[in-house]
Amino acid sequence: MLAEAFKFPEINAILRWQDIFTSFNKIALIAVAAAVIGIVVFLLAGNKDAKVAPKGVRNLAETTVEFIEDGIVMQTMGKSGLGWTPFLLSLFIFIYLCNVPGIIPFLQMPATARIAIPMFLALLVWVVFIGVGFKHQGIGYLKSSLFPPGVPKALYVLVTPIEFISTFLVRPFSLTVRLFANMLAGHILLVTFALLSKELFQGDTLALKPVGILPLFMLTFLTAFEVLVAFLQAYIFTILTAVYIGGSAHPEH
Amino acid sequence: MEAFSHLAAAAGTSTPSELKAQAAASSAGFAYGLAAIGPGIGIGYLVGKSVEAMARQPEAAGMVRTTMFLGIAFTEALALIGFVVFILIGL
Repeated sequence: MLAEAFKFPEINAILRWQDIFTSFNKIALIAVAAAVIGIVVFLLAGNKDAKVAPKGVRNLAETTVEFIEDGIVMQTMGKSGLGWTPFLLSLFIFIYLCNVPGIIPFLQMPATARIAIPMFLALLVWVVFIGVGFKHQGIGYLKSSLFPPGVPKALYVLVTPIEFISTFLVRPFSLTVRLFANMLAGHILLVTFALLSKELFQGDTLALKPVGILPLFMLTFLTAFEVLVAFLQAYIFTILTAVYIGGSAHPEH
Repeated sequence: MEAFSHLAAAAGTSTPSELKAQAAASSAGFAYGLAAIGPGIGIGYLVGKSVEAMARQPEAAGMVRTTMFLGIAFTEALALIGFVVFILIGL
């Protein structure tokens, strides 16, 4: 019967790739390509004449920068945070270009679906927002983040451990898991429906062959959905970074 | 059928490690299902309220949308942790 014929592969079979050469596999290739493409596009855009009307690659770059400035920095940090645009822009471009190979034919693997890249980026953000806090407020950063004002004195016994865990431990963990699990879930869904469709089309039961069109529709729909998810996850990671940095630079906000 | 594997196991044909694997396989689905309930309600409520706010005050739509995405990101984290646990114990 079909239920026996359809066997989902081991999780390693869909996530662990053969090394192209020593300790360099497809995921590393995608990550390197994402970094290189981002750098090249923005270098090309930067070398164009700034006085004429932007077109082509410069238009793309200016739209992206404007999106980061208006959609992320101004919404969360205000005018004083505009200096963070380059950092947030690099984060956004890199994460987006790592996510998007999940739906590009023949690549079909988001580099962020392995935990290494999200974890490294989250640790980077963690170091940056703690560093910004100490730079802007000195040792008072610990006071303002661990002892929030306006709380009755006795409640600090309860509030301080919670604030410590949520600020210094849960933030990097949730940043990592959010990006990683979203991309992994999307990848597994795509694999499931592709395999289901293939099994139905190639199965022995003739009556079930037309049914294979249903998972194929679902696969098409999910691929379109993954376009949105790839963008949204990059956006959410960047906006949370902006919120964390803004919060440790100006605690009153 | 995975769901009935523990019944087959009760017939006394499995080693302890197989039993453990079967129990993990049949409980992984429950783990994810239970983890998805809370965030499901939360995100529904959150987005519903945001749409309400945007319909009342279209000029504040940009601000509401940003805050909505932030709220979704925090709420969704629990469901995603459930998904990771599902993978860890199920596969």
